Amino acid sequence: MKIAVLVKQVPGSESPLPIDSSQDWLDEGQVAYVMNESDSYAIEEALQICEKNGDGEVVVVSMGPDRIQKVIREALAKGADRAIHVRTDSHDSTDPLTTASALADSLRNENFDLIFSGLQSDDLGFGQTGIILGEMLEMSTASLAMATKVGDGAIKVKRELEAGYFQWITMSLPASISVQSGCNTPRYPSLKGIMGAKKKEISEVTSTISDQQQSIKKLYAPNSSKETVMIEGSPDEVVNKLVQVLKNDIKIA
Amino acid sequence: MDILIVLEDSNSNIHRMGLESITGAQHLASSIGLQASAVVMGANANALADEASQFDLNEVIKINDDLLSTYSSDGYAEALKQIIDNESPSYILFGHSYQVRDYVPKLSAKLMKPFLADSIALKIDGQTVSATKQMFNAKLFSDVSPSTDTPYLISFQSAAYSADNITSGSATVRDYKVSLDVSMIKTQSEEPFKESSEDLDLTAAELIVSVGRGIGKEENIPLAKDLASAIGAELSASRPVVDSGWLPAAHQVGSSGQSVTPKMYLALGISGAIQHVVGMKGSKNIVAINKDPEAPIFEIADYGVVGDILEILPKLTEALK
Repeated sequence: MKIAVLVKQVPGSESPLPIDSSQDWLDEGQVAYVMNESDSYAIEEALQICEKNGDGEVVVVSMGPDRIQKVIREALAKGADRAIHVRTDSHDSTDPLTTASALADSLRNENFDLIFSGLQSDDLGFGQTGIILGEMLEMSTASLAMATKVGDGAIKVKRELEAGYFQWITMSLPASISVQSGCNTPRYPSLKGIMGAKKKEISEVTSTISDQQQSIKKLYAPNSSKETVMIEGSPDEVVNKLVQVLKNDIKIA
Repeated sequence: MDILIVLEDSNSNIHRMGLESITGAQHLASSIGLQASAVVMGANANALADEASQFDLNEVIKINDDLLSTYSSDGYAEALKQIIDNESPSYILFGHSYQVRDYVPKLSAKLMKPFLADSIALKIDGQTVSATKQMFNAKLFSDVSPSTDTPYLISFQSAAYSADNITSGSATVRDYKVSLDVSMIKTQSEEPFKESSEDLDLTAAELIVSVGRGIGKEENIPLAKDLASAIGAELSASRPVVDSGWLPAAHQVGSSGQSVTPKMYLALGISGAIQHVVGMKGSKNIVAINKDPEAPIFEIADYGVVGDILEILPKLTEALK
């Protein structure tokens, strides 16, 4: 079983998000980057499948400039076998069709049985790249995966539906599956894993980004639609004011 | 064809987000002088067509095809591709439902046309349309424009438009044939099922105390439970709390849980990710306590406290007992 996992480096949840002078992207120099949250579930799913089968290869695939090697190393430290770095110099706001096209060119000859991706990125949040890539490589596709069972030439995927429902679907391999956060418990890299990751292969592919299909014209801070009353003071003062608001303004009782 | 709205089935009714996208389509149509039509398919296509025909639409396209009676991403993407190839709509609009997330990226790849997903508004400037999208976990907004020729695929986030503002009318229904083959569909699906044995209906709750990741650990959940019982509120949670196993899935509010509209929604340590906010932004009074002053939950809160919930909670419970 040869499995690719798409991993993206994104600004951490506590990172500053300063908008640059062009007003269509971030001033990346001030951003603290981390691995996209749902991607760590995708890595875990791939590692567990290979461990259960007793053989197989997990290949981390990430696209972007030099800085993304940090998350590639992190994935290798968790246990992935090798990595493909699709190198681009363009900033992060490539659209999903463009990203998937570049990935498809780089991965076509690898003939993966499975591609796992996180449901959506915590930066742009389009939630499309893994499915588009699967379609471009003529694979079966499924999104919102909560569990998987690999069988002979096929995979069973438990998909999350709306309003608390789930559904099992079966599809032939090769398949590209985007996983939902919470589908497993991602592992932390062990010390041995971190040491071992340094020796693992990262092959680099250079990709030229073609014309974008959609682009960010402007990035800006949200204009709050609501007037928020901020309650301030020491914890005791805050509690006193909150009690007044709940009882007198909202009238909870 | 100018605008095509793709309507989804929800127990033989048009999915709520489909109704909202009709409002969005009517807004777009009247702004730039276009006509909007809708398409329905699947096992309940007849019922959906009846419902859709009562709105101000040019026509309703109805597809009855055995291979579409059960949803599959392959079948739905292929059927829509054929309609788009034949009818040449400029804009294809969807509600950003779980089903749409699953098959519209595939349609985007088949057409090699962009999918402007999860838009919260359309900005129309003359004949130019851009979509406003939340990015970076809703901490920033962006205006996104397609750079290719039409058609454009656009989906709307829940409540981007209100279904209450639909213009009624009467639309003709046209039967439509697509050419599908069983070999095109690579997936077989089983019956949908519910997992949680606990059934908890939060939709009728007057007061809700809701916990997020900021509660820190499972051992702190009783702090929120105590407050909820002190004021007679239901206890709910955002997804990370459920994913961590601190509360059962039945308590989850958001796109993958319940949608609630209580008199008061007290958000404790909830950052305000889009997936959560779509399930509670209709609450009459939103009170948020969060240690991060930049948390997006404060954008929609009526009352906000920047502070440590672990410090505030016990005192608040004591004061309200």
